[in-house]
Amino acid sequence: MSSTVETLQGSLPVRTEEDIVASRQKVRALTQQLKFSLVDQTKMITAASELSRNTVVHGGGGQMRWEILEQGLKRGLRLHFEDTGPGIPDVQLALTDGWTSGGGMGLGLPGSKRLVHEFDLQSTPGRGTQVSITRWK
Amino acid sequence: MTQQSQAVLGLLAQHEEQIVSEWLQEAGSASSRMTDAQRRTMQGEAAEIVRTVRSALQEGADPEDFRAQPWAPLREVLEGLSRSRAAQGQSAGDTSVFVLGFKRPMFTALQRFVADSRDQLAAVWTVSVLVDKMAQWTVTTYQQTREEIIQRQQQDLLELSTPVIKLWEGVLAVPMIGTLDSSRTQMVMETLLQKIVETGATLAIIDITGVPTVDTLVAQHLLKTVSAIRLMGAECVISGIRPQIAQTIVHLGIDLEGIASKATLADALSLALRQRGYVITRTA
Amino acid sequence: MYRIPILQMGTTLLVTIQVDMEDQMALALQDDLANKISTSGAKGVLIDISALEIVDSFVGRMLAGISGISRILDATTVVVGMQPAVAITLVELGLSLQGVRTALNVERGMELLAQSGKESEIVVNR
Repeated sequence: MSSTVETLQGSLPVRTEEDIVASRQKVRALTQQLKFSLVDQTKMITAASELSRNTVVHGGGGQMRWEILEQGLKRGLRLHFEDTGPGIPDVQLALTDGWTSGGGMGLGLPGSKRLVHEFDLQSTPGRGTQVSITRWK
Repeated sequence: MTQQSQAVLGLLAQHEEQIVSEWLQEAGSASSRMTDAQRRTMQGEAAEIVRTVRSALQEGADPEDFRAQPWAPLREVLEGLSRSRAAQGQSAGDTSVFVLGFKRPMFTALQRFVADSRDQLAAVWTVSVLVDKMAQWTVTTYQQTREEIIQRQQQDLLELSTPVIKLWEGVLAVPMIGTLDSSRTQMVMETLLQKIVETGATLAIIDITGVPTVDTLVAQHLLKTVSAIRLMGAECVISGIRPQIAQTIVHLGIDLEGIASKATLADALSLALRQRGYVITRTA
Repeated sequence: MYRIPILQMGTTLLVTIQVDMEDQMALALQDDLANKISTSGAKGVLIDISALEIVDSFVGRMLAGISGISRILDATTVVVGMQPAVAITLVELGLSLQGVRTALNVERGMELLAQSGKESEIVVNR
């Protein structure tokens, strides 16, 4: 395992199943560098896994962008999951527990939302979806 | 690099010792109330600050953009200074006063050694901007450090108020006292699950005698905790449900999803022992 | 694609998941287990996830799936060794895996399987 210092921002493609695994590993490296507690690392990595999968399975593939945030001395990690897929027709519905589209997306969004401090979802049918999640140390 | 920065650099290069000793004198290092150790620490801090200012200016850093990369070493030095003083209980004022004391010796030196009065003014302005930023940074760090200390104390308080007790071989008990909110729940879950792993417990009794009210939110937190305990291969019993709470739970239609409940912690322990095949007899 | 190996010990199938699984791997495991239970007539399945630092909804549903499938095939599944951080996260995600039996470690898991084996014995008295 290399001991590279993670850059303040970057991105990686999320198009295949292998990419979902890669995104988990990337988020692990980032949260470890930010010295998140084990539980917080686990929550962030798991949320990233859920959203990466959505991007691959429902978004037709896209990318994960990350930013290391600094607010005074508070540090955090923000991840953006972006695709140019079909989009989500009813965002409000997607964020309510129990909603399903195309095979079990029901638990993905509301669940992921509970794992992070900040959650933002923008989606335009026919244009694509961007989900941003943030956790602070 | 601007001319002003050049001038400041030049001054620091040639007259560092004098500037620093004037600075330390301002900061009260000559005072008899200061111990030798304190004096030495202050000397070290001043030296570090001057060193990092010089290196940043050498890289062409602009004091207006204090968050830029070249200022990072200086920021770190200021953070260290601030943290140690916050930990010692000194006030934010004390901390920034030290940093601000850098101005006067610099102004004096500039007046003495920079001939042109317009250059002087420009250089004085640069120093002023820089030192103000340095002072601001120390104050921000100071506040952050105090907040961290408070948070740590809150955490300690939280841990102390929700102890996980080993009641018997394989049986843990958590007496909850006070309102059950989400951060409390997180804390309980983490501690309890960790203890389950450490002790190999198969039963966790959560006693809510000390919980004033149970509404849908609190019930959700309890359910989450129970689910997590079950995922670790242990069972969970809730004890200490007062009659009013039982009424509220039914009234609100909260489904406790088959969680066993007992009126008192004693009942729960008694049941647990029986289930494990223990028989308690009194001698004579 | 790497398939997770399934060990057979008597009437128990033992699986230790030690890699960060791709989705296909998890599905393959579910498939392989269903087949193996069927062909071997196994009565118990022990899945050791003590090395898994991340269990997301996909893997969670796979575990619930195996649990249900094994039940239909007259076998019991026990998932052992879930890490505390994983349990907390799964619950927060909304997966309580209610139908899945769990135990702290392999030893306890085997005890559980032995117990449930006895429970499901049909005793015929003539």
